[in-house]
Amino acid sequence: MRAPTGDKIAAGETILAVENVSLAFGGVKAITDVSFDVRKGEIRAIIGPNGAGKTSMLNVINGFYWPQHGRIMFKGETRSKMRPHEAATGGIARTFQNVALFRGMTALDNIMAGRSLKMHSNFFWQLLRHGPAMTEEVAHRRKVEDIIEFLEIAHIRKIPVGVLPYGLQKRVELGRALAMEPDLLLLDEPMAGMNLEEKEDMSRYILDVNNFYGTTIALIEHDMGVVMDLSDRVVVLDYGRKIADGTPDEVKRDKAVIDAYLGVAH
Amino acid sequence: MLYREAGQYKTNYATDVAVFPLREDRIGLAVILLIGFVVLPLTANEFMLQAVLIPFLVFALAAIGLNILTGYTGLVSLGTGAFMGVGAYACYKLTTFFPQVNIIVLAIASGLFSAAVGALFGLPSLRIKGFYLAVATLAAQFFLSWCFIRVPWLYNYNVSGAIEVPSRYVFGVPVTGATATPLTRYLVVLSIVVLMTWVASNLVHGRIGRMWMAVRDMDLAAELIGIRLLPTKLLAFAVSSFYCGVAGALLVFFWYGGAESAVFDVNQSFFILFMVIVGGLGSLTGSFFGAALIFILPIALRVLSPAVGLPLHPSTVEQLQFMIVGALIIFFLIVEPNGLARLWQIGKQKLRVWPFPY
Repeated sequence: MRAPTGDKIAAGETILAVENVSLAFGGVKAITDVSFDVRKGEIRAIIGPNGAGKTSMLNVINGFYWPQHGRIMFKGETRSKMRPHEAATGGIARTFQNVALFRGMTALDNIMAGRSLKMHSNFFWQLLRHGPAMTEEVAHRRKVEDIIEFLEIAHIRKIPVGVLPYGLQKRVELGRALAMEPDLLLLDEPMAGMNLEEKEDMSRYILDVNNFYGTTIALIEHDMGVVMDLSDRVVVLDYGRKIADGTPDEVKRDKAVIDAYLGVAH
Repeated sequence: MLYREAGQYKTNYATDVAVFPLREDRIGLAVILLIGFVVLPLTANEFMLQAVLIPFLVFALAAIGLNILTGYTGLVSLGTGAFMGVGAYACYKLTTFFPQVNIIVLAIASGLFSAAVGALFGLPSLRIKGFYLAVATLAAQFFLSWCFIRVPWLYNYNVSGAIEVPSRYVFGVPVTGATATPLTRYLVVLSIVVLMTWVASNLVHGRIGRMWMAVRDMDLAAELIGIRLLPTKLLAFAVSSFYCGVAGALLVFFWYGGAESAVFDVNQSFFILFMVIVGGLGSLTGSFFGAALIFILPIALRVLSPAVGLPLHPSTVEQLQFMIVGALIIFFLIVEPNGLARLWQIGKQKLRVWPFPY
């Protein structure tokens, strides 16, 4: 399941480094001079109150926004501007806060679409749907079936995702991201709007992805219990600035973090 | 009882990813092909072939073309008529330059010209979407319509400004022009449409089809899984225009036998767009349903109304026909906004669990 490109970096070394990134929309400063790193194989959480710039940070990492200042180093390569599909080619996959599935397609097709980058049979074989095109289709279907089994969504594989309940949609979206065999998986509030049981399931999948496939994960989440249990290290943003960075225990005791979440007494 | 997947086990993925995984569907398709290639040629009269079946197939092909663009890739186009025109005029010029070459080959080759033109006019689709793109394609429609009138080279400087289809022979049999029988032309058109439908179905069921649908459903997420928007959209424009172009060439060479620029005006574009919407966006079967409803229904009404025995004036029949077709289209769109193809699917689903309700 692992993409060959990421294997150069040993576990524990920095796979992604965000250096002094600033992002502004006109006069609104979304992110101001934020630096942090993500090490290969870890689960890294980005937390902060609403409007802290967490989602903007993910958008910068996978190329939706181009920061005005600072740079991003991914797998040893520095870049300041990159398009989203280039991020995908580089091995960054992502899920969205509001599920961004292809609603008219079945769960299976959604996850298969996640493998588009890995499929190479040419247009003329595609016209015939024979030979290499068919071999490839079946080979990738097999990989996709592994993911479907892993996420326990076999029963909904041929159902259009638009009619699925929210929790399952989130799982299909995770499946689509996994199908890309990413080196870095960005999860934007994977548990938003879920009940306790669904959250527990999702936590289990995230841990399993991390353990079995060795995928590095950076996630945004509001449920503090989940964040503190899952993540190896946490970075805390507030009003676009980094206010704390460290293990869950360190962050929990941090004065600035407590102030940001609970407010300061006047 | 007749239509059920029970007992049909798929033991490998190759059978599961087949376009028609159900045996009943495959039998149904074989029956339809048998009717098309054997039963209809033996039974249909000249009127049926010339005025109903050939145009139905031509419009179905054009509808498939537009469906690839609008239904599968989500790009609305009002330039279908013009792209059909490019195919027709390209075929005319090709057969003028190369009279010896098989006209069927030229008809398909002319699709390449409209594919190129379509891809060119598809360039704005990266920046504009929805209704705005529709307006941009409308520009293509008007520009190309202008070309068909103002560039006399396209119609070989005919005084009439129209193109006249010359007689062309394939293996000694006349297939175009005045001497070709409707049956020969029907069989040629049917073969091309069947072949191209098969190819379209291959495309939309594979990687490329998934990329198109991904762009249609959520272009941001599509970009994120590594799909480059511009090449994907341009490919959709090219393939779609290819189909429209071949349909245009077939329309002139195998149905009309000659045409002037007015055939490929914006009304034609709307006509095809209605077929796609009524038939079902994102469905190849729907393209055939749409073509049948929009094109054959008025003819059926006209033929059947004397049979009912109502003493109506022909012009009254004409008016009634518009009213009935209009009402039916509204009825179908209210009953099933996703088109006839969706009704067909629901019907099959019901058959699958019959006699139980669910």
